[in-house]
Amino acid sequence: MANVSAKGVLFDPVFKNNPIALQILGICSALAVTTSLNVTLVMCLALTSVVALSNTFISVIRSQIPGSIRMIVQMVIIASLVIVVDQVLKAYAFNISKQLSVFVGLIITNCIVMGRAEAFAMQNPPHLSFLDGLGNGLGYSFILIVVATIRELLGAGKLMGYEILPVISEGGWYQPNGLLLLPPSAFFIIGLIIWGLRSWKTEQVEAKDYPMAPQSRAVKEAM
Amino acid sequence: MSSKKESVSRTIIVALLVCLVCSIVVSVAAVSLKPVQVKNQLLDKQRNILLIAGLLEEGPSVAEQFEQVTARLVDLRTGEFSDAQEPLTYDQQAAARDPNLSRALEAHEDVASIRRREHYATVYMIENEDGIETMILPIHGYGLWSTLYGFLALEGDLNTIRGLGFYQHGETPGLGGEVDNPRWRELWKGNVVYNEEGEVGVQVVKGTVDGSDPRRQYKVDGLAGATLTSRGVENLVRFWMGDTGFRSFLQNLKAGEA
Repeated sequence: MANVSAKGVLFDPVFKNNPIALQILGICSALAVTTSLNVTLVMCLALTSVVALSNTFISVIRSQIPGSIRMIVQMVIIASLVIVVDQVLKAYAFNISKQLSVFVGLIITNCIVMGRAEAFAMQNPPHLSFLDGLGNGLGYSFILIVVATIRELLGAGKLMGYEILPVISEGGWYQPNGLLLLPPSAFFIIGLIIWGLRSWKTEQVEAKDYPMAPQSRAVKEAM
Repeated sequence: MSSKKESVSRTIIVALLVCLVCSIVVSVAAVSLKPVQVKNQLLDKQRNILLIAGLLEEGPSVAEQFEQVTARLVDLRTGEFSDAQEPLTYDQQAAARDPNLSRALEAHEDVASIRRREHYATVYMIENEDGIETMILPIHGYGLWSTLYGFLALEGDLNTIRGLGFYQHGETPGLGGEVDNPRWRELWKGNVVYNEEGEVGVQVVKGTVDGSDPRRQYKVDGLAGATLTSRGVENLVRFWMGDTGFRSFLQNLKAGEA
């Protein structure tokens, strides 16, 4: 990285280089844990602390890690942090950890964590790596919170468990959209967010890998 | 990169040290947080039992409120109380997977699609001077995606339902997940389990129960958009109230022989 400023490292991943919207990483958990905002917030907190801490620790020992076992060392550190986070959640947020079930454990396989360790923490000093982890956690959280807000509000008429739109089955007027409670809806919402982000920041639009070629004469004749 | 960093001995040392430090961190976290976790799990279970029996109140702590409840172990094979296991620490979910503590169900018996039934079940009772006031039975069975674990609370006559609820399931939120809806759970209250012939009469019907139906005391409205979960709930109640479940225990209890 040419010019690394602390502020850039922290805030770039939110809009400019969002791990979900631009790099399309961490989609699995983004689909799974966004049916209610409460659960999502805890998941975001868990992931952000894991990325920030794993980045820091890996960066501290980066000059000691031999290249041949680099990935395994990163994995061991990440896995240990995830177990610790999982244990803490089980002890202090039992209800929410029950709802998150396996998804806290699956932070280990979240590509954002490993990706940041390999791409940033291995080359940069600890304080910048910490900020980078925090920033990527924020970028992840930003998308998840938007998705969860839309899904919980329109899917169940609630936010954080509090009723916002009174639903018909409870004697209100709002007919909840059941689709939003199913995982595919998160795909649609993330797709729309990516579309929005790329219309706003056009430099994020990727070049076409395989532009459609104009039809040749032979093909036209064959038709 | 220097060659020193990449040497075999160096690699082994780094790997060992990283593993050592990480294992210490993980063990310390797991061991030091264990008591809080166990306490939380127990509280959560007690809370669910009180909630489903409709006894949970705001003010006093769950542990205090739970003091009125007695936990007893029931041997489902004989339908009698048993002391083979410690009722509060006995893990019924684990027992259902242990061949020594459970038996495989024949296809025709397995109404609730649970494949194995444990020999022992922990039941929770609230007693007063006249005998049993509330009997809370653990039940579980398969819905659409997941096994639903819950409790069925009966009145002292051991036939009228006081409450039904699930504390663990993975049904679709908003559809099958509506088994948690207090309005739906309220519908079970006052219904009757066994009909005049002594069979389990419980039925979860599609749509709403007709108010003029003479058998309406056995029927509960189905969940809209969750036919399979509704059927699963009906099946699991039938299973646990039937011969392979608690029927013989309840009969013994009524006859005063448990």
